[in-house]
Amino acid sequence: MATVVDRLLGRPGETRAKVEGVRAGSADPKAEVWRRVQLARNLARPRTLDLLAEMADEVIELHGDRGFGDDPAMVAGFARIDGHRVAFVGQQKGADTDENIRRNFGMPHPEGYRKSMRVMELAERFGLPIVTFVDVPGAHPGPESEERGIAEAIARSIGMMSRLRTPIVAVITGEGGSGGALAIAVGDVVLALENAVYSVISPEGCAAILWRTAEEAPTAALAMKMSAQDQLELGVIDRIVAEPGEGAHADPRETARRLRTAIIAELDRLEELPPDELVEARYRRYRALGPYTEVATPEVSPPPSRTIADRLRDLLDPTRWSMGMPSPGSSRRDEPQAHEEV
Amino acid sequence: MPIKLPSFRARRDTYPPDLWTKCPQCSDMLFNKQLEKADRVCPTCGHHFRLSAVARLDMLLDPGTFRERDAGLQSVDPLGFVDTKPYPDRVTTAQAQTGLRDAAIRGSGSIDGQPVSICVMDFGFMGGSMGAVVGEKVARAAEDAVADRVPLVVVSASGGARMQEGTLALMQLAKTCAVLERVRVARVPYISVMSDPTTGGVFASYAVLGDVNLAEPNALIGFAGARVAAGTIAQELPPGFQRSEFLFEHGFIDRVVHRRELRTEIAALLRFMPAPEVTAEQPVQLSFNPIGAFLSSVAGVGGAAGGNGGNGGNGGDRG
Repeated sequence: MATVVDRLLGRPGETRAKVEGVRAGSADPKAEVWRRVQLARNLARPRTLDLLAEMADEVIELHGDRGFGDDPAMVAGFARIDGHRVAFVGQQKGADTDENIRRNFGMPHPEGYRKSMRVMELAERFGLPIVTFVDVPGAHPGPESEERGIAEAIARSIGMMSRLRTPIVAVITGEGGSGGALAIAVGDVVLALENAVYSVISPEGCAAILWRTAEEAPTAALAMKMSAQDQLELGVIDRIVAEPGEGAHADPRETARRLRTAIIAELDRLEELPPDELVEARYRRYRALGPYTEVATPEVSPPPSRTIADRLRDLLDPTRWSMGMPSPGSSRRDEPQAHEEV
Repeated sequence: MPIKLPSFRARRDTYPPDLWTKCPQCSDMLFNKQLEKADRVCPTCGHHFRLSAVARLDMLLDPGTFRERDAGLQSVDPLGFVDTKPYPDRVTTAQAQTGLRDAAIRGSGSIDGQPVSICVMDFGFMGGSMGAVVGEKVARAAEDAVADRVPLVVVSASGGARMQEGTLALMQLAKTCAVLERVRVARVPYISVMSDPTTGGVFASYAVLGDVNLAEPNALIGFAGARVAAGTIAQELPPGFQRSEFLFEHGFIDRVVHRRELRTEIAALLRFMPAPEVTAEQPVQLSFNPIGAFLSSVAGVGGAAGGNGGNGGNGGDRG
């Protein structure tokens, strides 16, 4: 079955073999996925600009969102990769504490996403394909971010990427953290490095909400199926690029070389397609994601109004005979805890 | 495994059995019957209590005009997710508690005589969280709006994406934002109403993208929960952070509207933003949708043929 799906989707067979190899090799799946989360967050992991420096013959970074400022947590610009002139965008974490503070640990503010939108719009206008590098714990949460409209920036970016008439290759290189990741990860094809992770919320956040303790983060990581291999099986990503040796941090140069080959192959393929077809296929890719079922129901159901019978039932219902003052906050329909999500 | 549900008729009497509710803002004790009559707004201080999806439809739409669509959409468990409880059990419990099948209801109806495609969310169902079903209902409501050339109205009440569906829930952001781009191209108006709370992935996708964004007073609206924000960056949060008025001040909400005024306000706005009329010459369609294109081309051919035979209605672009 799995191989049939692979063949239908045109996925290379060796990826599947690799997935199974990894599965078989790990005794404790929870420890295994947590090891990958740690690898994805490894400080020595190559960042967007490091990867570009290795794989591109020419890189010109562009700065500023033209409205508020320049966000060092997001980089964008032009690059030439094996003769392909492309626009790139990506989050940029720091290699050490100082740089991380300057780059806000790779957590962009709204102006970061507005900068990337500006460059992607340029790309469409000048017929350049777009390559995005996703490595973000999550968009920056906090007052400045909310004041300047982080949600609006993310939603606009997602919408815009769904319609850009130019090829988009998205690569999850490290952490794919929720909306802050998806904002630049809507692509015709989504690649991921072998030890990258992708999730709707950080495992710590998920554990804090559902298990009531952040210590269950590895359990949450496993439950959310956030490893690249699981994401491939869910159809959220399309292809995994193997990392050398112990992981990307062990040999950044080789990682960049492998990624370069994969990106070039996708660009070659996508640049052949007419823009209409490209946009339609991309739209359908996301329109179809997320399974549900449909069960039979009564055809039409106008909102019911309370009938005299309902009122009689209320009168006869002994649970409603609480004539005294209720204990405060006992009405359960009112104000349940809003649960939090990033 | 077939899931048995007691009833899909949402009934207020399935809600708490007590007769009084304490207003969390002014601490007044409110008689439930009066509270219902006042659209669940505290008569003393104006605090807006949360509203179920059914009550919301009742309040917004002309009586008897609502026709539900896709009532049968049902969540599946793509990840085999288990926290303290398996995800399917949580869904079943929520269904039994609310009488809803998932956290959104969608369909068609009219507001002050103007037909709309509407989708409303219910916070009572797993915190109004958005999984594939909610995403699909919003997307289909938008597609119907384009197909029927009627305005789209979405009323949000949600804690965000449904964690139990993992990245597939996250992908609903992409699904809904992509469909809304097509609504925009089709020049079909979209009014987003944010009620308490509208946070996380729902705010960062369709809720924030309205042509006009309305919000109920003092609703919690934000991207990252206040606890997340305070925890991640250890920073003092300004007063009123992530409330409707805060977002209004910063330019992300057009109008903060009292629940009592919501219906008339939407109706008034829609009169300024008419959806394009259906004409045989210029069918507005979802671009690049092969099925939609096929259907409208069939409709277009039929319409043109009728026009030629009948009157000079489509002579305009020739003359």
